[in-house]
Amino acid sequence: MLAELLLVLWTLAKVLAIVLPLVIAVAMFVYWERKVIGWMHVRMGPNQIGPLGLMQAFADVVKLLLKEIVVPTNANRFLFFLAPMLALVPALAAWAVIPFSDGLVLANINAGVLYLLAMTSMGVYGIILAGWASNSRYALLGAMRSAAQVVSYELAMGLALVCVLVLAGSLNLSDIVTAQSGGLLHWFWLPLLPMAVVYFISGVAETNRAPFDVAEGESEIVAGFHVEYSGSAFALFFLAEYANMILVAFLTSILFLGGWLSPFPATWGLIGHGSFFWLLAKAFVVAFLFLWFRASFPRYRYDQIMRLGWKVFIPIALVWVLVAGLLKYFHIVAPGA
Amino acid sequence: MNRVTRYLKSLLLLELLQGMGLTMAYMFKPKYTMRYPMEHIPKSNRFRGLHALRRYPNGEERCIACKLCEAVCPALAITIDSAPRADGQRRTTRYEIDLFKCIFCGFCEESCPVDSIVETHVHEYHFEQRGENVVTKPQLLAIGDRFERDIAAARAQDAAFR
Repeated sequence: MLAELLLVLWTLAKVLAIVLPLVIAVAMFVYWERKVIGWMHVRMGPNQIGPLGLMQAFADVVKLLLKEIVVPTNANRFLFFLAPMLALVPALAAWAVIPFSDGLVLANINAGVLYLLAMTSMGVYGIILAGWASNSRYALLGAMRSAAQVVSYELAMGLALVCVLVLAGSLNLSDIVTAQSGGLLHWFWLPLLPMAVVYFISGVAETNRAPFDVAEGESEIVAGFHVEYSGSAFALFFLAEYANMILVAFLTSILFLGGWLSPFPATWGLIGHGSFFWLLAKAFVVAFLFLWFRASFPRYRYDQIMRLGWKVFIPIALVWVLVAGLLKYFHIVAPGA
Repeated sequence: MNRVTRYLKSLLLLELLQGMGLTMAYMFKPKYTMRYPMEHIPKSNRFRGLHALRRYPNGEERCIACKLCEAVCPALAITIDSAPRADGQRRTTRYEIDLFKCIFCGFCEESCPVDSIVETHVHEYHFEQRGENVVTKPQLLAIGDRFERDIAAARAQDAAFR
């Protein structure tokens, strides 16, 4: 009994050790986003609150938490409050299987990739419910767009994952990383280069970020699914969106960029050994791409998004599944070489 | 052939990468932002801000109550009453500018034969009570006394063109 209680407490501590830094990371990522986009617009970005504006994110959090949550008339109260939680829970739950370093993972389950696919798809239910429960046509439109978009890009994303699975021969994320060991050229980005691009772009589309942000579409449908949300309910959606972005950045690093592995040979001492910091550095670079995209590209038209997903990504992914199979069959790419 | 090359170009995301290169180059450019309360942009010496009445170096006020500024003022913002002073000189007894009416055109300054009414570089001021928008003669003279050095310097710089 006591042993079980201790196990529960120990697991809870591990969960907190992931979630708390994640929430801080989301806050700092929002700050970093505003800063980077500001620089790319030849502005300065937030620079008033704290040194270099570093406290801006925390000021925003306090502001959001202190604001009133307005519930629209005729909105379904139960679903209205359930939706943000449904969006946030999968975004946080997906982090359970992320291997931060060799053996440093909360749940080292063998169906890790399947679990991730399930969790990242669950998030869209929160968005659909939010759109429907708000009793607003903008919110409903945004939710419909988001649902259609996620369904289309899920396919390309899944096929890209199949390529990784074929080469790694495992659904376990830690095994996928160890299958890439052996230096920069053994990482899966090289044999699966088109898939790495497809996976990341689908990830951008899945998280409803620019240039695929038609679900929010400020200039068309105000703010899309969260137009009626304010205060801490809005903060939950915000948190979920940014947690998902960071998740996609980590996943791209793990699946295609060698996870915690070092790009340098092991003889180089400290920087030659794989560690959490390599994963962090890779994820930071990938996450920066999200912001870079947002500052660079205008929003896709809705039919163009569908065209890109169905007519470009899925055919490329299908062909590359075959290529990956051939690479594996003829031992051109051997895992863990 | 043309279609094939175009298709390949769009597939390799060449134009998108070009655009990203442009935004990356802009990221490191110096920023245009002026952090206003801490930093100020330089003002022209002809800048037309808050009004002031000037004095001669010996302390005598310049204004001789000719009322040219009152006459030229397109917004009818200036009100002047005058009377002989004890030494027999004509002086203003009342010189008021309604800053809500004033359009800061600078005609009063141009019309003044003795360079008495001027517009200073001060543009950061506020009113807290109704009625404070009408600045009186003592207030205008005080502003002039306070900023006399800046006013004189700006007029000296512009002297060749006046």
